[in-house]
Amino acid sequence: MSQTTLFEQHFWKESNRTLEYYLQSMNGYQAAQKVLKEMSPDQVIDEVKKGNIRGRGGAGFPMGMKWSFIPKASEKPKYLVCNADESEPGTCKDRQIIRYTPHLLIEGLIIGSFAIGCKHAYVYIRGEYVREAKLLNAAIDEAYAKGYLGKNIFGSGFDLEITVHRGAGAYICGEETGLLNSLEGKRGEPRVKPPFPAVSGAFGCPTAVNNVESIANVPHLIRMGGDAFAQLGKVDKSGGTRLISLSGHVKKPGVYEIQAGSMTLRQIIDHLGGGVINDKKLKAVIPGGSSSPILSADEIDVVYDVEPLMKVGTMMGSAAIMVIHEDTDLVKLLMRITKFYEHESCGQCTPCREGCHWMESILHKIIHHEAKPSDLDLLVDVAQNIGGKTLCALGDAAAGPVISFVKKFRPEFEAYIKGQKIYA
Amino acid sequence: MEKHLSDKFYTAMKKLEPRYPTKKALILPALHQAQEEYGWLPKEVLAEIAEYIGVHAAQIREVASFYTMYNLKPVGKNHIKICTNVACCLRGADELMSFAEKKLGIKCGETTPDGLFSLSEEECLGACTTAPAMMANDDYIEELDVNKLNDFIEKMKVVKS
Ligand SMILES: Cc1cc2nc3c(=O)[nH]c(=O)nc-3n(C[C@H](O)[C@H](O)[C@H](O)COP(=O)(O)O)c2cc1C
Ligand code: SF4
Ligand code: FES
Repeated sequence: MSQTTLFEQHFWKESNRTLEYYLQSMNGYQAAQKVLKEMSPDQVIDEVKKGNIRGRGGAGFPMGMKWSFIPKASEKPKYLVCNADESEPGTCKDRQIIRYTPHLLIEGLIIGSFAIGCKHAYVYIRGEYVREAKLLNAAIDEAYAKGYLGKNIFGSGFDLEITVHRGAGAYICGEETGLLNSLEGKRGEPRVKPPFPAVSGAFGCPTAVNNVESIANVPHLIRMGGDAFAQLGKVDKSGGTRLISLSGHVKKPGVYEIQAGSMTLRQIIDHLGGGVINDKKLKAVIPGGSSSPILSADEIDVVYDVEPLMKVGTMMGSAAIMVIHEDTDLVKLLMRITKFYEHESCGQCTPCREGCHWMESILHKIIHHEAKPSDLDLLVDVAQNIGGKTLCALGDAAAGPVISFVKKFRPEFEAYIKGQKIYA
Repeated sequence: MEKHLSDKFYTAMKKLEPRYPTKKALILPALHQAQEEYGWLPKEVLAEIAEYIGVHAAQIREVASFYTMYNLKPVGKNHIKICTNVACCLRGADELMSFAEKKLGIKCGETTPDGLFSLSEEECLGACTTAPAMMANDDYIEELDVNKLNDFIEKMKVVKS
């Protein structure tokens, strides 16, 4: 099927990031103008609900519903915080939005802020994106200069400030409450919930946290209308398009855009990625960032979207697909993934802190042929005891890969334990 | 107390103050700005930031130590950070790390005796579709190979401070 795309055609050309391009070629700031002049906050939220847009940051939560949780009447200020931490391994789509279409994000922030009643929005951007933070700030300056930010935007009486806040290297700051702590100048440790951010988020005030891609979709949604946006999606309850980061052993890695649910995982790998490099055999696919349970090569005829992937026991996460061919040592790969979670666990919850450490040391033993056969079950047991017992989803994220790798590729682990070498 | 941070630092902070409802929120921006001036965050600098924010120096250290980008020890003039996470690993990051270690004569996590280079392993940099990737100071080098890595090191060797 021919694809309708909203972002991709504007990517990869540096001159496209200017305000001039945005105004001339992308109907820039017309959606914000319409919203501020003609719509009420409730109308905006209803339209976003109609659009069926699910959060692009990982959990896939319906965006309109999230905004409707922000209390209408509040003594305290309210905040919209954009999550530009982009730290889930495999993911690099938000970076392209910031690099090539930063004004979409700014316009989305104006609309979202109006909808929830926020006067100061923050963009929390990962510290390593030094260049991207500069580009975004330059775009924000352009918007201020034109009066699209600041006081009395479009003469509507609505005021909005935007501040870019740089992180400093910690995966856990992608988790929304870790992010909020980091924004407040604290260690980025996730908070106990409830209270949820909608009630007590940034600086103790009602807050909506949304991913970059989620927010950058809002101007498109308003421009085309919620119904038309929803119809772009080819599966239930999932509107718009999805930006996919396709990496690993494919011929053409890259960031691609498809209408939500319009392709299977296999079609994405073959048609967009050009198939496996060196025409090797496909072995496995990590479908939604390193936190998502792995799929074996025979499990990829699944529609690539939130619910279909959930049905086969994995998740879409941040839509980061990592393709793995036959020559890959999955035991070592799992070790690398587990090391990551061990390193990034903030240590507040015992099951996550100790469990990650244990899993890493068992895997270490396996790789060095020092493990007993029973250690494999112990490994899975440790993983199963992390899930659902922690403050944030990092615990589950660490457990999922371990459980799925062992379940689907058990002989490879057993070979190590028997002292056999499969890979050089 | 003797001042270590420049007027530029204080001007930048003054500009940011009205953008946050609390002064503590300026801790991360202040650490970034200070590190930009110093290359790392010595004790005196942390103390001066603490005084500016109005908290105890131990609090600043506690926050700073949570984040890998803040250098609480001196680092080389050039910091090479090679991503070895999944997507980069699948594209040969381990060989690149070995090459860098050999070329610089140090292990990952160390600094060359002349102070010119530090080498670290990095978690996913958000450049997975152009893997393998590394950070060379503030810039990314993507679709990294031995030649690009070699060129960067050679280039930085001849750049005089
Ligand atoms: C460990 C962990 C890391 C996360 N990293 C990110 C991230 O880098 N970017 C992001 O947008 N969401 C991330 N999330 C999800 C956020 O907590 C949150 O759900 C999201 O920002 C909400 O935005 P959305 O509804 O628009 O998706 C992470 C969650 C967890 C548990
Ligand atoms: S689950 Fe892990 S990362 Fe999350 S709060 Fe607990 S210890 Fe920290
Ligand atoms: S895994 Fe290396 S940049 Fe993402």
